[in-house]
Amino acid sequence: MGTKAPSSDLKKLEAELLQDIAGAGDLAGIEQVRVATLGKKGRVSEQMAKLGGMAPEERKAFGQEVNELKGRVSEALEARKIVLEGEALTARLASERADVTLPVRLGPVGDGRIHPVSQVFDECVEIFADMGFAVAEGPDIETDDLNFTKLNIPDEHPTRQEHDTFYFRPKADGSRLLLRTHTSPVQIRTMEVQQPPIRIIAPGRVYRCDSDQTHTPMFHQIEALVIDESTHFGHLKWVLEEFCKALFEVDDVKMRFRASHFPFTEPSAEVDIGAEAIGKPGQWLEILGCGMVHPNVLANCGLDPERYQGFAFGVGLDRMAMLKYGIPDLRAFFSADLRWLRHYGFSVLNVPTLAGGLSS
Amino acid sequence: MKFTLSWLKDHLDTKASLDEIAAKLSAIGLEVESIEDPAAKLGAFTIARVLEAKSHLNADRLKVVQVETAKGKSPVEVVCGAPNAKAGMVGVFAPLGTFVPGTGITLEKRPVCGVVSNGMLVSERELELSDEHEGIIELAPEMGDHVGERYIDIMGLADPVIDVGLTPNRPDCTGVRGIARDLAAAGMGKLKPERKIGKVEGTYDCPIPIKIEFTKETADACPVFAGRYVRGVKNGPSPAWMQNRLRAVGLRPINALVDVTNYISQDRGRPLHVYDADKLKGTVHARLGKMGETFLGLDGKDYEVDDTMCLIADDNGPLGFGGVIGGEDTGSTDETTNVLIECAYFDPLRTAATGRKTGLVTDARYRFERGVDPASVEPGLDLATDMIVTLTGGQPSKAKVAGRAPVKKRVIGFDFDRVAKLTGLKLKDTEIKGILERLGCTLEAKGKTVKVTVPTWRPDVHGSADLVEEVVRIAGLDRVPSTPLPRTFGIARTVLTERQRRARRARRMLGARGLVEAITWSFVRRSDAQLFGGGADALELDNPISTEMSSMRPSLLPGLLTAVQRNRNRGFADAALFELGQAYRGDSPEDQYLAASGVRSGTARLMGSGRHWDGAACEVDVFDAKADVFSVIAALGLDPNKAQITRDAPAWFHPGRSGALRLGPKVVLAHFGEFHPETLKTFDVAPPAVGFEIFLDALPPEKRKSRAKAPLEAADLLPVRRDFAFVLDRSVAAGDVMRAAAGADRALIQDVSVFDVFSGGNLAEEGKKSLAIEVTLQPTVETLTDKDIDAVAQKVIAAVKKATGGEIRG
Repeated sequence: MGTKAPSSDLKKLEAELLQDIAGAGDLAGIEQVRVATLGKKGRVSEQMAKLGGMAPEERKAFGQEVNELKGRVSEALEARKIVLEGEALTARLASERADVTLPVRLGPVGDGRIHPVSQVFDECVEIFADMGFAVAEGPDIETDDLNFTKLNIPDEHPTRQEHDTFYFRPKADGSRLLLRTHTSPVQIRTMEVQQPPIRIIAPGRVYRCDSDQTHTPMFHQIEALVIDESTHFGHLKWVLEEFCKALFEVDDVKMRFRASHFPFTEPSAEVDIGAEAIGKPGQWLEILGCGMVHPNVLANCGLDPERYQGFAFGVGLDRMAMLKYGIPDLRAFFSADLRWLRHYGFSVLNVPTLAGGLSS
Repeated sequence: MKFTLSWLKDHLDTKASLDEIAAKLSAIGLEVESIEDPAAKLGAFTIARVLEAKSHLNADRLKVVQVETAKGKSPVEVVCGAPNAKAGMVGVFAPLGTFVPGTGITLEKRPVCGVVSNGMLVSERELELSDEHEGIIELAPEMGDHVGERYIDIMGLADPVIDVGLTPNRPDCTGVRGIARDLAAAGMGKLKPERKIGKVEGTYDCPIPIKIEFTKETADACPVFAGRYVRGVKNGPSPAWMQNRLRAVGLRPINALVDVTNYISQDRGRPLHVYDADKLKGTVHARLGKMGETFLGLDGKDYEVDDTMCLIADDNGPLGFGGVIGGEDTGSTDETTNVLIECAYFDPLRTAATGRKTGLVTDARYRFERGVDPASVEPGLDLATDMIVTLTGGQPSKAKVAGRAPVKKRVIGFDFDRVAKLTGLKLKDTEIKGILERLGCTLEAKGKTVKVTVPTWRPDVHGSADLVEEVVRIAGLDRVPSTPLPRTFGIARTVLTERQRRARRARRMLGARGLVEAITWSFVRRSDAQLFGGGADALELDNPISTEMSSMRPSLLPGLLTAVQRNRNRGFADAALFELGQAYRGDSPEDQYLAASGVRSGTARLMGSGRHWDGAACEVDVFDAKADVFSVIAALGLDPNKAQITRDAPAWFHPGRSGALRLGPKVVLAHFGEFHPETLKTFDVAPPAVGFEIFLDALPPEKRKSRAKAPLEAADLLPVRRDFAFVLDRSVAAGDVMRAAAGADRALIQDVSVFDVFSGGNLAEEGKKSLAIEVTLQPTVETLTDKDIDAVAQKVIAAVKKATGGEIRG
């Protein structure tokens, strides 16, 4: 019987199979080749099926050859598949193309804003907390006694007229409440219930019956009060210097103390700062009034002026915000204009700390 | 308070420059508000002589004049319309290029009716010296010697005017001499001695009786009234130097008699009054007014008198308000020949009250309400008499003084160490002593303390703190050494109270939810307040800025809604605004409460507003407001799911789409919801708009005992999730279903959530809805068998049916 040598048949088969594998153009094609080669009825399996009809000697040799062939073909199949998978991935990625220039939403944390007054208030709290000042609060609707009389501003005193006070309608007993013209009543309320040493700041809304280009009927003040047995005007100076340096975040602030008069302090001064602190060299800006608490005020609160002394000062929070952040118009603070609030407002993540910076 | 530099130098012997004086004034509490140098305005105007005046060929009323503007120079041709322009006259010339303040025009070379005018001869009005414009200024012929020199130099007008803002405690500085004294005390020269007064006490008695008529209680209204009669005065214009100074400080010269009183008021802070004695009837008395009395004031206005006001009156009735304004009828005129000079003391408080009631702001009130030196009554009368006699002639009578000046000697025991104790400034005793003495105090050493007698012109100095103020003010606050405030703790402690920390956190939370913080007025329109439960009489301002700002706000929402409306008008319909601040339920301190409130309008939802390629934002609804509330409550450390939600939000919300968050029946933590359509209509806000208000004071105090967190309870066994869909009446609340399901097996059920709500199709017709929930079971001991799970499921179904009547969906 003239049969071909099995090994030469196998060689031919291998060559054909490898050619088929190389010719597979995609993953589906290579799968077809795999089934046609290694599947149950595949061409390699066909060769395996021949083993049954062979003599043991021949079977052993042929079996080994077929197995080796199967190994080589399997490897080639796998290799080709990896190549084709790579090509397929490349082709898919080439088709998956997003327009990354499309805009995205910033989300609520990006949209929200904190009002400049709140921000500067938080900054002030941070500064004064470091110097041991607590934050005291009191009502907006006050009595004449706490807003004026106890602060050494008697009836008919010219200072009262200067305060442009908002009054409520008189009560049956003739008394009339008012809207506090400064946060100083909070100082009185504190001194009436707390024994020295006292270190507080008193922030809040205050009201003056006044409305024009630079005045609004409502604005914000922050006052500070220190009462103990030894605090003097030199301490006041230092605290104000430190406060201004910290608030304006500069190493040095030029300050000028001018003697002045307030009924509730003595000696009293008005304070100017060199405007280079806010980037405007060559000018002086009046920023606050201050002084040593008047002995009459201490006595009015039940504190012995022979024993206790201390200082107080008051500064406009809105004004500080305007100076520090270059905000031009006070009236806009209360107009709730979204354009203004978005522009001058602060991110909620911008929580002032001394360690991390008040404004950064 | 205005004065000129030369006026100051009448009282102050100084070599200091104007700048030095100004800096010192501000440093010692006499704040310089402005310095006006007339040279800047009038420096270009010079003395000139008209050499020749001819009629203008082309215009009848004009003249062409040749003007000598400088000695030895050829004349300048000027066209002039003044009727008084004539050859030989001496006038005031403005060369080309000069800005003429009275006309606001800068002179240019241009022809007037064909003739080029090379400058201008000016009137007083053109220099803003007076209203005189009949003709050009005509100076005395001998002024021709000064041709070419500056007009202001020759006329004594080159005198800088200093304006000082006086604090109300310094009546002594309402006179130039007081300012000079302060400057001298502060080392700016020496206070000159008082000017010598001639013999003013006459030989005859004052023919007009003077009386003060008060009760014991009102005697302080005018405790002293001094007068002197001057016979045979010849009134007329006061001298130029006096007129110049009065004009410079903004006073209008009237006549010599009036000018003298104004001059002394300005010079010494001592107001006076001069009556035309021939117009007075009977006795001049100081008394309180009677209701119904009236008089015509010097300002030409009628004034009504009441029984609290101090009057000067004669037998005909009121002449004027003491210390405020005199009367028109008895004032001096050019015809006046006999006068009564008044020098009195009026009570500051009563003067202020009268001034306030009448609205009169006068130089006299300005001084009396601050407290005129009570010891200046007789010296003031003498000074006025002297000046009047000097300027107008006449024979003075003896002075007539009714009452007694309220001069009280004030002596303060003063320990010099007090200066250092209160200010930290250590001064030598000699310096302290020198300052006090230069200010007019007299010192008498007595052991460690010194007895300081305060001058009568300083009613503001009462105690040692006042003296300390005087000393450091004059010594200079800049010399006080800056001294570190001792730290009370090593590392700074927490200072904010729980309430303050909560407010801070709520603010940042709302900002983090995309809301923009606004600050709106504490007062709103009354009708708006009423709409939000406020508007009570007690919270109504008596003197509001406007009717839109008259009622203390009962809630922050009306202000926010107004803001939303304004923003919409500016083109921003999608607004998410919040405010954290106070509102008022009444007028007592406890009635003020702190709220964190917000409004969202249009599509201003959490993830952004408006259209977007990735999905347009839908309109805001009640759940946006609820989510804001829940986030804040959770941020403040309270589990909002443990609070109750009730449907009874206030009337300004939509009745069906709003709720209240409560802790028990009494404590309301928050309101949220869509606004009632009527509310939106009132505020002209376009729907949709939702809002919330969180009552920060209503939150219970935090009970945390330790910083340590509770241990984590994380089971090792996998949780099991089962879904249930119930068919329910439409009115059943999802919260009730969830609560019933969660309560079916508290040990195993860890969580219940709602993942679908459907009420369409057949369900709608039957008034039903379908609610689908996911129940999470968390085994803790061993893995649940199917049997275990079925048992819990049956419990859930039964519990929901029992609580809500809901049937499990097949």
